[in-house]
Amino acid sequence: MSQEIIIQGPNVEFSQGAEAAHHDHEHHEQHFIWKYIFSQDHKVISKQFLITGMIWAIIGALFSVFFRLQLGFPDSTFPIMEKFLGEWAKGGKLSPEFYYALVTMHGTILVFFVLTAGLSGTFSNLLIPLQIGARDMASPFMNMLSYWFFFIASVFMFVSLFVQTGPASGGWTTYPPLSALKEASLGSGTGMDLWLISMALFVVSSLLGGLNYISTVLNMRTKGMTMTRMPLTIWAFFFTAVLGVLSFPVLFSGLVLLIFDRNFGTSFYLSEIFIGGKALPHIGGSAILYQHLFWFLGHPEVYIIMLPGMGMASEVLATNSRKPIFGYFAMIISLVGITLLAFLVWAHHMFVTGMSPFLGSIFVLLTLLIAVPSAVKVFNWLTTMWKGNLRFTPAMLFAMGFVSMFISGGLTGIFLGNSALDIHLHDTYFVIAHFHIVMGVSAFFGMFAGIYHWFPKLYGRFMNNTLGYIHFFITFVGAYLIFWPMHYEGIAGMPRRYYDYSAWESFKQFQSLNGFISIVAIVVFFTQLLFVMNFFLSIFRGRKLTNKNPWGSTTLEWTTPIHPGHGNWPGEIPEVHRWPYDFKDDGHGKDFIPQTVPLREGEEAH
Amino acid sequence: MSAFITVALIVLVFIIIYQIAKASEYTSIIRGEEKVKAQTNRTIAILLVLVFILGMYGIWVCHNYLVDKLLPVSASVQGDAYDSMFNATLVVTGIVFFATQLVLFYFAFRYQSTEKRTSFFFAHSNKLEILWTTVPAIAMASLVAIGLRNWLNLTSEPPKDAQRIEIVGKQFNWIVRYPGKDGELGKRDFRKIDDANNILGLDWTDKHNMDDIIAQNGELHLVVGKPVQLLIGSRDVIHDVGLAHFRMKMDAVPGIVTTMWFTPKYTTTEMKKITGNSNFVYEISCDQMCGKGHYSMRGTIVVQTPEEYNAWMATQQPYYAGNNPSGAADSSATPAAKTPAAKDSTKATVTMR
Ligand code: HEM
Ligand SMILES: [Cu+2]
Ligand SMILES: [Cu+2]
Repeated sequence: MSQEIIIQGPNVEFSQGAEAAHHDHEHHEQHFIWKYIFSQDHKVISKQFLITGMIWAIIGALFSVFFRLQLGFPDSTFPIMEKFLGEWAKGGKLSPEFYYALVTMHGTILVFFVLTAGLSGTFSNLLIPLQIGARDMASPFMNMLSYWFFFIASVFMFVSLFVQTGPASGGWTTYPPLSALKEASLGSGTGMDLWLISMALFVVSSLLGGLNYISTVLNMRTKGMTMTRMPLTIWAFFFTAVLGVLSFPVLFSGLVLLIFDRNFGTSFYLSEIFIGGKALPHIGGSAILYQHLFWFLGHPEVYIIMLPGMGMASEVLATNSRKPIFGYFAMIISLVGITLLAFLVWAHHMFVTGMSPFLGSIFVLLTLLIAVPSAVKVFNWLTTMWKGNLRFTPAMLFAMGFVSMFISGGLTGIFLGNSALDIHLHDTYFVIAHFHIVMGVSAFFGMFAGIYHWFPKLYGRFMNNTLGYIHFFITFVGAYLIFWPMHYEGIAGMPRRYYDYSAWESFKQFQSLNGFISIVAIVVFFTQLLFVMNFFLSIFRGRKLTNKNPWGSTTLEWTTPIHPGHGNWPGEIPEVHRWPYDFKDDGHGKDFIPQTVPLREGEEAH
Repeated sequence: MSAFITVALIVLVFIIIYQIAKASEYTSIIRGEEKVKAQTNRTIAILLVLVFILGMYGIWVCHNYLVDKLLPVSASVQGDAYDSMFNATLVVTGIVFFATQLVLFYFAFRYQSTEKRTSFFFAHSNKLEILWTTVPAIAMASLVAIGLRNWLNLTSEPPKDAQRIEIVGKQFNWIVRYPGKDGELGKRDFRKIDDANNILGLDWTDKHNMDDIIAQNGELHLVVGKPVQLLIGSRDVIHDVGLAHFRMKMDAVPGIVTTMWFTPKYTTTEMKKITGNSNFVYEISCDQMCGKGHYSMRGTIVVQTPEEYNAWMATQQPYYAGNNPSGAADSSATPAAKTPAAKDSTKATVTMR
């Protein structure tokens, strides 16, 4: 039995599955707009997410170059910045207001638009149907809406960069009262309104996407694809979606209350404030309430960013070690553990807000507990490589880099999760180093591994390997050079979100180190542009695939044609007979057995 | 113009790199792909080893270069406990870090693909999983135990004889209030704030306010060896009292009063000797993003011997006397909602209202 699904487009309406041949015929009649713009094909939507995400990534990274210039060389001026930023960088020096706006936008863009939408949107969309054997998402239409809500959210965020008072500037966490009161900062004016609208739309996009991923994984698997035969990528995307669906609504409520406080005179977050020369009428609100609502999403959010990378790294490591992923079930159980605990640790971001110390203790316990499933994953990845036959494709290198970074960043989490240590480290560069390594770099490495590995599936061509290697080594070394020293700055107590340290006796000693970090950051930035160039040129000029399974993989996506049409498989959807990691001798000289191959006589299922 | 040239140059360099990379792809096809692939694999494995060795060397260099700047000299009794816990955690995580990174890179080199090698089909082992679930769990449990012990100490009631001083943040400086001779901080109300003559909104109907001393220059005077409890407030947005040398930090949140207490160990003069820095000064850094002047929201602490402190205190004038407020005698003023903890917080726990 193959699944019957209905694919609807504004000018095509047909059912396919049994009538796949019929489908092929009709496919070619789709108008350009429906095929590439308002497309409902999960593969096209995936590319839309990817390319939008890449554009945002370049913008977000460019912002970091600007503010790193300020941090590294506070006494110099850079006339080129004035060209880009106009009066925000008069005479080539950033104004403090705009410095904070850039930092805020950098965080928002990278956390939400790149590493949430760009990552999960790209790979959940691409791989869920292809790897579970479905013709498309459960609801292709909702899937399309998910992208377009993201697009509109992007437009709002982009527009906010150009309003006269500048974009939001209270940090990516936008804590009120700072973000609630126009008097408190320039960025809390129109820029903040646009930020809120954009984020609200973003939540809608996330929910549409997430619900779709969940129902697709639960309902649309091909014959024989039991849950425990799903590749770990799918498990990871599934839990990512669960995290998002359960936590984004809480952020939404937090944002709505903030909109009310800003515009309709409510006092959810405001109490006893004297600002701009007058006492405000608000009494009885709690500024801390917002932080609870924000971090109830905020912490799961970091795992929303992390899990897809974990899934893809698992897949890439196994494939290129020519060895099954070690501890498949332990990997799933640790994903479950991380997902559950991710909801129970949010207040570790709030140890020093005046929260009850008893509550703090509970959160210490739960936070350090989450290190256990994380450790299990690391050990399983390492053992996957043990006695393997390792092929260093660029994807494999990035997957290994992912593991390296995840270890480094996870370990610093152990300092921060212990409130008695966090009391000194909170809001210093130690936190910056922690989350950039574990979330920023590591998640990006997962994403790069995914892009290099599945580029052939996306475009039917390879990316250039040599550039891939250059990209990997510079980025890997550069990331450590940038973030490793930041731990030291943080341990010395150097606060984050400072525009200039030169007036501080305790912190100005790091001036030359900051300069060094900025220089490396710029080098790494340009290396990423090299990647972008490789990506776009390879779409048109990359070496063509001659074999539909170039990496010798076992999973279903590599059983589709090199250029799969809308519906993925031209004929019947293949049936699945075994788990996804049978990297063993198939008896015919190959070292892997695809999931579609029936068990041989006497062969034991995993 | 120069910008244009720079951009053009960068683009040119990119194109050249791309062409070279592309050419290597073609030559590999000519020279036999499998052979080139094997060679590349070997080169990459060697590069990975190099990266590891250089990386470890780099960590060593970086550490030597920065080790003096790591945790600054701990200047509070609580800070000593902090430092020993920090070092314990550093040792545990350090060992795990080196061991796992070593394994990662060693495996990469040792099991690099060769023509002869076939991978070993090894899919799971419950023993191993149990091993590496329980060991981290035990390690975490011990760290939690140390952590909670310290945390409970840090957040415990301050000693009875602790000095109580209020510190209030506003965009972008700190205001410090001492209780004066009566040892009591009077009530204040944000609606009574007037930047000209009542900067904290002291309620002049409360006698305890008459002798309170306010320092607007963000300078906090403490007595060495004497526990101090800070009552922390904010006039506008959230700030944070960050005291790196005392290993202390607490948010200043409008509408509530937060507290922290600690015991300074060294006077400022002593610290100048210890650090060898004649400009040494204890700094209060605002550690919570609070607007465009966040980075300049700097306060200082002067830790003195009791004699020095008393001498300094004798020169201070109560805020009331200096500002002779017009509405002071108006006893019919409606009793407005007060900022409660300013007076009542004999409770020393971190309070959240
Ligand atoms: C071993 C596991 C981890 C532990 C125990 C841990 C613990 C913590 C703690 C306690 C903080 C708050 C620090 C502070 O603000 O003072 C923090 C910050 C953060 N962590 Fe982790 N973490 C872990 C893993 C991760 C992972 C896997 C990610 C992302 C994928 C992540 C992303 C972040 C981010 C983004 C922040 C900073 C948010 C901000 O303040 O802007 N962490 N972590
Ligand atoms: Cu967290
Ligand atoms: Cu501040």
